[in-house]
Amino acid sequence: MLTTICPECAAEITLEEQTEISEIIVCSDCGVDLEVTSLDPVTVQLAPMEQEDWGE
Amino acid sequence: MANVSIIGGSGYGGGELLRLLLGHTQVIVQQVTSRSHVGEYVYQVHPNLRKQTQLKFCDPSTLQPVDILFLAQPHGQAQHHIEACTALAPKIIDLAADFRLRDASTYEKWYGQNHAAPEWLRKFVYGLPELHRAELTKADYVSGVGCNATAANLALMPLVKAELLDLSQPILIEIKVGSSESGAEGNPGSHHAERANVIRTFSAFGHRHTAEVVQEMGIKDITLTMTAVDLVRGALATAHAQVKQGIKIKDLWKAYRAAANENPFIRVVREQRGIYRVPEPKILAGTNYADLGFDLDETSGHVVSMCAIDNLMKGAAGSAVQCMNLMMGWEEKTGLEFAGLHPN
Repeated sequence: MLTTICPECAAEITLEEQTEISEIIVCSDCGVDLEVTSLDPVTVQLAPMEQEDWGE
Repeated sequence: MANVSIIGGSGYGGGELLRLLLGHTQVIVQQVTSRSHVGEYVYQVHPNLRKQTQLKFCDPSTLQPVDILFLAQPHGQAQHHIEACTALAPKIIDLAADFRLRDASTYEKWYGQNHAAPEWLRKFVYGLPELHRAELTKADYVSGVGCNATAANLALMPLVKAELLDLSQPILIEIKVGSSESGAEGNPGSHHAERANVIRTFSAFGHRHTAEVVQEMGIKDITLTMTAVDLVRGALATAHAQVKQGIKIKDLWKAYRAAANENPFIRVVREQRGIYRVPEPKILAGTNYADLGFDLDETSGHVVSMCAIDNLMKGAAGSAVQCMNLMMGWEEKTGLEFAGLHPN
């Protein structure tokens, strides 16, 4: 099982077996986008997300 | 099945309680009292209960013994007849403020009068399962919770439990509240022309529910500021505090995640996508959920913690039914699983 820790919220994340390097996954706890940077060991980094200004 | 009755069922809290109890699989509602509506069908006061029950309001003097007695009268009444209530039922849940505070002098300070039954204060368990679950499973007498106090207590709970706060700094909690919080009795300020469209800070300091937050959090330097907003149901507490040096956002995640894992009605809302990224009372109407959110300025240590609830549910009747489930050994979520409406 491929697992790692979310760099944003420290939740344990389980990756699907067919996950590939550079794939974008979503943390199920905090919802950030994460880019898979390595599979052995599994490492991820925060991926840029579109920010909304809500009309401010 | 357990028999239950409600004393004072014509208010908003009593009506919400009745709605929940009529749909509860473990109880039968035996009697509902109201001095001002004796003989009327309950649906004539609570129109959402039409075709749900043929119960009529009765006089309190006709009450029969039951397994569980709910008290939903205006504040200040239950303490004058608590002995008579205990003769009617082995288990009592009071939604009002009469038995929330443990100390008679604290009650006198915040409510401006002596308590009529101070010997009963310590017999009651404060009725917020998220803080007193183990005690509630053994309790015979349970107090209600203040709706604003509940929003404030739950906003602070993960931070306090994980000991993340710098308690040398004050805690300021701004609470926005809907109009149903002030009850079914009208007053000049609740007249539609005066209440509609308001954002009105009606209590900068000294709101009575502050006493419950100080008591339950064990922290003295807490201020609640109350602002009425143009909602019918809902309360949103926004707490500002200081965390200890070195605390990071991951530490907060750990604390809030633990709160959500330990409590079936606590959810963490801190979304990166979509419209509902923070807790909002709007989607909680009719539900027993409390949605918690947070943010932290890691440079200054300023933490903002939010809690959204339906004031009549998690802040009153919902918590009361949750307490009943615990007191009776039933599954904690029984009768409280409504997920809410979206859109609403």
